[in-house]
Amino acid sequence: MINFEFTRVSSVKAAVDTLAKNPGGGFIAGGTNLVDLMKRGVMSPTRIIDINTLPLKQVEETKNGLTIGALAINSDVSEHELVKKNYPLLAMAFKAGASAQLRNMATVGGNMMQRTRCTYFYDTAMPCNKRQPGSGCGALQGYNRMHAIFGASNKCIAVHPSDMCVALAALNATVTVVGSKGQRNILFTDFHRLPGEQPEKDNTLAKGELITGVTIPANPFTKNVYYLKIRDRASYAFALISVAAALDMSGDTIKSARLAMGGVSHKPWRLTEAEKFLAGKPATNESFLRAAEIGMKGAKGYGYNNFKLKMGAAGIVEGLTKAIQNV
Amino acid sequence: MSNEKTDCPNHESLHDTRRGFLKKSTTLAAFAITAPAVVKAGENDEKIAGFFEKMPLQIEVNGTAHNLSVEPRVTLLDLLREQLNLTGTKKGCDHGQCGACTVHVDGRRINSCLSLAVMNQGKKITTIEGLASGDKLHPMQEAFIRFDGFQCGYCTPGQIMSAVACIKEGHANSEDEIREFMSGNICRCGAYPNIVDAITEVKKGGLPL
Ligand SMILES: Cc1cc2nc3c(=O)[nH]c(=O)nc-3n(C[C@H](O)[C@H](O)[C@H](O)COP(=O)(O)OP(=O)(O)OC[C@H]3O[C@@H](n4cnc5c(N)ncnc54)[C@H](O)[C@@H]3O)c2cc1C
Ligand code: FES
Ligand code: FES
Repeated sequence: MINFEFTRVSSVKAAVDTLAKNPGGGFIAGGTNLVDLMKRGVMSPTRIIDINTLPLKQVEETKNGLTIGALAINSDVSEHELVKKNYPLLAMAFKAGASAQLRNMATVGGNMMQRTRCTYFYDTAMPCNKRQPGSGCGALQGYNRMHAIFGASNKCIAVHPSDMCVALAALNATVTVVGSKGQRNILFTDFHRLPGEQPEKDNTLAKGELITGVTIPANPFTKNVYYLKIRDRASYAFALISVAAALDMSGDTIKSARLAMGGVSHKPWRLTEAEKFLAGKPATNESFLRAAEIGMKGAKGYGYNNFKLKMGAAGIVEGLTKAIQNV
Repeated sequence: MSNEKTDCPNHESLHDTRRGFLKKSTTLAAFAITAPAVVKAGENDEKIAGFFEKMPLQIEVNGTAHNLSVEPRVTLLDLLREQLNLTGTKKGCDHGQCGACTVHVDGRRINSCLSLAVMNQGKKITTIEGLASGDKLHPMQEAFIRFDGFQCGYCTPGQIMSAVACIKEGHANSEDEIREFMSGNICRCGAYPNIVDAITEVKKGGLPL
């Protein structure tokens, strides 16, 4: 690992100021993504700013819903009574991610900022427009089994690997960030971006900004929810595809639905058209099949990941079915 | 092992030799990235040494307080194994993918390979060496022996640290739950069924862990 300078900061202002003074620097929270990437030479900040003592660990209900601090630990959030009771989709998504040890280290802010697991991004001997803009995309013509089927560009077909983010996108969360110019809120679905011409940019966080937390508006999705994750082994593997499904039911009729997918795009992928279709429909297999058809419109395989087209559709149906069965 | 040893700048040891090598090789690596640093290094090697400055670190390991000084890039795993000679904690993948390096930090299980040592200022670490009391093995260690919870044994310290935490967290209520919450510990020898049996037995025994 290339050496770096190390600073501990104890206030949000100090964190932002220190980063402003050290443009080559970066924050460290749990370290589970950054330390990995630094060991591989993929990222090499010249100064590491340890934000772990900032007072951003809270999980609390406010008038706007549930607010979760950026430094709240993934396992703490997933086990929190309020989260289990009122935001069970989020609790499920957390549990599907990584391992017990990693969830004990990973923070909410770090989870949002984690980089793609694309092997060409990780392998510094390979071309990758995300790691080294202009070098090309190894995955486009390469071994792209884990890669995107929605919203990719000819510069990058990497996916965002987070499970937590898929649930937060489905639940209409907002992100609060602070920079030298002050605080702003970003809709969760606008936080991550599509690769387009600038795959080196994972998200819309401006240089120098710190995530301070996320807020999930109060919502009726407390019962019929499911986070389906399909992966190469039963646990401790990234998603091939995942489906976050949340239904608000009135008898057998769907009042409203939320659907988002992971492992399919450069950002958590909301299926708003399918959600609209489901509103007011009976919760039948037929409705779910049609929702899957609508949801998968525009999906495109790149060779090795063509299987995701069928798996995605089947996953949507299964996710919705499990949400109804409430298992 | 004494702390003076790690703190003494003139001590000739494997570490220092290797650090010397790393210093040189990282100077080369820095060439590609930060040309100004290399110019400085050429003028006066002491300046780039600032980049390698050690930081003070107070840390408690298995009940013993240590006053150390470490480079920021040293992971908790490397600190334990190489500076404190606690080699029970294993390095499998060094990237969070196997669980061999599992230790408890303030009572929670983590992967020590992805934690920088300096991020653990003031923390209490427990490693596999800290589980037994004297010659009396920890109940989980005994159960692993009784149930044959290992073959080569390389993953075992991590498995045991994880298993103890799994029960303490309340995640050992069924075999399925144990399998899910032990998934962060890979066993190349495939001792999984026996590991699950050992954990189930300790959980049933209800002994304080
Ligand atoms: C083997 C393995 C398996 C995994 N499996 C999964 C999985 O199945 N599903 C899943 O979702 N994830 C998985 N992960 C990823 C894991 O969830 C992330 O590594 C973790 O969430 C990152 O959080 P952290 O706090 O450790 O971040 P760090 O590593 O500390 O930071 C990551 C990045 O975020 C930035 N950052 C951190 N906090 C802030 C902040 N407040 N404001 C601005 N920037 C910030 C840092 O500068 C850094 O660039 C896995 C990881 C490993 C190693
Ligand atoms: S050595 Fe830390 S997880 Fe493998
Ligand atoms: S006992 Fe050999 S790896 Fe687990």
